[in-house]
Amino acid sequence: MPQFELQDFAPQLIWLTISFVALYFIMARVALPRIATVIEERRDRIASDLDQAEQLKQKTDAAIAAYEEALATARAKALGIAQETREALAAEVDAEKARAEKQIAEKTAEAEKRIAESKSDALTHINEVAGEVAGAIIKELIDAKASKSEVNQAVSKALVN
Amino acid sequence: MPNPMLQFEIKRFVKLDLFGLDASFTNSSLFMVIAVFLISLLTIWGMRGRALVPTRMQSVAEISYEFVANMVRDNVGSAGQKYFPFVFSLFMFVLFTNMLGMMPYSFTVTSHIIVTFALAAIVFIGVTIIGFAKHGLGFLKILVPSGVPAMLLPMLVVIELISYFTRPLSLSVRLFANMMAGHAMLKVFGAFVVGLGLIGGWAPLAFMVAFTGLEILVAFLQAYVFAILSCIYLNDALHMHH
Repeated sequence: MPQFELQDFAPQLIWLTISFVALYFIMARVALPRIATVIEERRDRIASDLDQAEQLKQKTDAAIAAYEEALATARAKALGIAQETREALAAEVDAEKARAEKQIAEKTAEAEKRIAESKSDALTHINEVAGEVAGAIIKELIDAKASKSEVNQAVSKALVN
Repeated sequence: MPNPMLQFEIKRFVKLDLFGLDASFTNSSLFMVIAVFLISLLTIWGMRGRALVPTRMQSVAEISYEFVANMVRDNVGSAGQKYFPFVFSLFMFVLFTNMLGMMPYSFTVTSHIIVTFALAAIVFIGVTIIGFAKHGLGFLKILVPSGVPAMLLPMLVVIELISYFTRPLSLSVRLFANMMAGHAMLKVFGAFVVGLGLIGGWAPLAFMVAFTGLEILVAFLQAYVFAILSCIYLNDALHMHH
């Protein structure tokens, strides 16, 4: 077996020492610190990015809260204005209605008075006409002359009955 | 049939001598250097953009980093942060040498017991030193299980001692045996494909395709096991939870 050739041990050990020591120093002094720096930088960068994202999120949240507050205020105000307008309009309508009703009542009263006047007027005229007609009928039927007051009296009596 | 162990032979490319020791540049050395180069390429060139949104290469580098970092954090805790570069180097070195071995005509560095044993020995010696440095002689209590009758203690201490000292052995043999067996198996079945030719070669070829997939899994898994066991030993030394 070539593994147990004793004269091959020395060159292998010497070159193993040379190459392994060289590797150790290259790794320890140059390569590993560099890799560590790069990984560290990346970790820091990610942490700071996350930090920034968190801050921006907080700002966004604050902005959203402010917006919602403003919206709520505006809505409340709008509701108030609508309510006020509604009340004002209702009052106006009520006033207008009351005035119109009063006017209508006045006119109705006036019309009723006029109708009553016309009615009584008409009634007095009917007495007169009936008297005249009765006088004429009496004259034609029995050719007697009745005095006007007598006829009227009789007509009034008949009309009342 | 070609010898399936031939692929593990050490070939000297450049003969070198270091204070009387043979320090030749071999095929094993070549793949160690390639592994170190590729790991550096991935972790340095791949990260050159330092992008917030990573490219594919950067993603792979970062995933490797996070993977090992989590492994250390979960198994050792914050005290293990100091040893993270070592565990990362260990994991990446084993992973890349294992993976490079999966390429045809390449050499698998971790298929040699001396290499895996050396890596395990670094972990073992390092962990033992850390244990004594942190707890002084109190570290020896790691060998004494709590809540055991006094009668049994001597025997258990011996067992614990053996188990402690076999750690580097099991750690290194596990990796080495897995790598060697897998590659030898691939070679044997590769020889079957050629041997059975166009008519009968399909069956071992199909097996090899599936087995290559399994070997890639094993290459990753063994690197992971090596690293996580190192973490667990380190945790024992640091916290002494037994």
